[in-house]
Amino acid sequence: MISIEKTIDADVSINIFLKTEKNHVNLLNYIIRRLLLMILVLFGVSLIVFSIMMIIPPGQRVAIYVKSEKVTPAQMEALIEKYGMNDPAPIQYARWIGNIFQGDFGYSETAKGPVIEGFKQYFPITLELVLLSTPLIILVGVWLGTLGAVHKDKPVDHFTRVFAVIGYSLPTFWLGLMLLMLFYGLLGIFPPGQISNVGKDVISSPEWNRVTGLICLDGIINGRWDIVWDGFYHLILPAFNLVILSCALILRLMRSSMLESLGQDYIRTALAKGADRGTINRIHARRNALIPVITISGLMFAGLMAGMVITETIFNRKGIGLWMARAALQLDVPAIMFNVLFLGTIFAVVNLIVDILYAYVDPRIRLT
Amino acid sequence: MSTELKQKTTKKEGFLSHPAVKEFTFSAKRFLKNPLSIIGLTIILIFALIAIFAPVLAPPEDPYDPFKIPHDGWKTAPSPPSPEHPLGTMEQQYDILYGIIWGTRSAFKIGFFIVMANLFIGIILGSLAGYFGGWFDEIIMRITDMFYALPFLVMAMALVVAIGRGLQSIIIVMIILGWPTYTRMIRGEIMALRDKDFILAAKAGGAKSLRIIIQHILPNSIYSVLIVASMNIGTTVLTAAALSFLGLGSESGYADWGQMVSMCRDWIVGPPDNRLAYWYVVFTPGFVIAMFVLGWNLLGDAARDVFDPKMRRK
Repeated sequence: MISIEKTIDADVSINIFLKTEKNHVNLLNYIIRRLLLMILVLFGVSLIVFSIMMIIPPGQRVAIYVKSEKVTPAQMEALIEKYGMNDPAPIQYARWIGNIFQGDFGYSETAKGPVIEGFKQYFPITLELVLLSTPLIILVGVWLGTLGAVHKDKPVDHFTRVFAVIGYSLPTFWLGLMLLMLFYGLLGIFPPGQISNVGKDVISSPEWNRVTGLICLDGIINGRWDIVWDGFYHLILPAFNLVILSCALILRLMRSSMLESLGQDYIRTALAKGADRGTINRIHARRNALIPVITISGLMFAGLMAGMVITETIFNRKGIGLWMARAALQLDVPAIMFNVLFLGTIFAVVNLIVDILYAYVDPRIRLT
Repeated sequence: MSTELKQKTTKKEGFLSHPAVKEFTFSAKRFLKNPLSIIGLTIILIFALIAIFAPVLAPPEDPYDPFKIPHDGWKTAPSPPSPEHPLGTMEQQYDILYGIIWGTRSAFKIGFFIVMANLFIGIILGSLAGYFGGWFDEIIMRITDMFYALPFLVMAMALVVAIGRGLQSIIIVMIILGWPTYTRMIRGEIMALRDKDFILAAKAGGAKSLRIIIQHILPNSIYSVLIVASMNIGTTVLTAAALSFLGLGSESGYADWGQMVSMCRDWIVGPPDNRLAYWYVVFTPGFVIAMFVLGWNLLGDAARDVFDPKMRRK
């Protein structure tokens, strides 16, 4: 092996070819290894969630199915027996996993239907908010971070830093309540919820064509611009809340990453060659500075989901976050387990994509 | 006598000229020159004084249960600030000022306890995993991966409900779910140092693993870990407050800021003639949480800039 490489070493072009070939194989290997690892991690997540749910005594887990207050202990026992909650833990786990592979995630009492139906109903509401706020968070964060780094120690820099540290410190729930108090309470605009009562009648009427479940997108598809506006109107305040709270993270990272990249030798070279400051900042410095921001954007997702639970609770948007909060409070075990698995999967997939992008964008990263 | 004095002074000078001490005084001086760190330090000191002198500032009705906020009757609607209640009262007439003052103690307790417990677990697991590597490292890291993939808030909520609501449960749950972050961080720090020349030298000198970890590796990596930990005191209090806010905290009337914000949720919109009638109920407890967290963040931010030699040069 070594000897072959040594003989080829003379011919530089072949060597480069071989190297890139090797890199592709590496990348593929890397992706396969990461996928296998991801399955392992998800298996672990399911084990952790399941074990935590097992801490709860069967009587409490079954309580959510109990409708009337006059249930005799014998009936409770029958219910526990019916749902098989007295079986040994491994059997219950196997049953749960087995059902998942058959597409059956159980019945969610908080969603008043099968877990999957609840998911179809709640997920678009959350997705709409995520789709609106994530690009805003990244854009605002990158823009302010670049501004701070370029004008280091100038008033702009101080302003963005203070903005970041305040955004980092504000309690999500408090900011949301204050926004509601000022805009909805005092000015009577931006009400909580996801759509007005009039709009609700429209989207629940039989002639409404529910394609994606995203209110704005369905509005466009159905050609109802009033509904598009209605949905968007209810998105503004929650999205603003999320942007204020989450862009601080991106801003801080972008600033320090940009500062580091501005201090590199190639920036000095570019300056010496007479490139103007704007080009250097945009092309030479910012592109390199964006690399760590890509990673954090993946991690930010986890933070955003936590923010979602609280934001949706405050603004009374019936999405995944509010569903999870209610499921956790009422111990709706099937819903909790499904959502944790779902979010775990999304988190793992997002991170995998980020890592692959990262290795692809930055050839210096060793794939180990 | 004179020789003794001389010895003492030389000893003192010797102590002051020790590189670690010089480094520390240098950093501390820079730290105190930064206006942001001064603001952070002042905020935390004020909160610390409030916590220490809580019994003087707000004498409890029942000395054995000081965290119970006293209340005048059971009238539902909050009352605005008045001479008896300088910050007004919440629903059921719980005094806001009293809640804020004793809530400071709750906040320090929550922050310190959770972060210290997590740090303790993190240092032990992280240094073992980072230093020895191998299968132990592999297992610990895969477990932290799994914990990373869990939605923290949802898991915390479910766990708190499972083991019984209350501040105690929130603290326990946040320790159970929080240690992986620290373990991963400390492991990274230790792996960066493990193959450095001075560690190899110590090994060649015959030092035992435990001695190398405690004497050579931890002192070199602990600074950045402690800074992150100090910043995390703020965010930990924030998360605990969020859990309280979602209705998982102690019973109403317990002096805990998150609990107090949770109690104000029905009062964000006032009567038609004065929409902001109950602003003090919503504003005050949340503002205090924000200040507390801001203080720790400013402190941690400045400390990182000052103590991290890489940041210092810029």
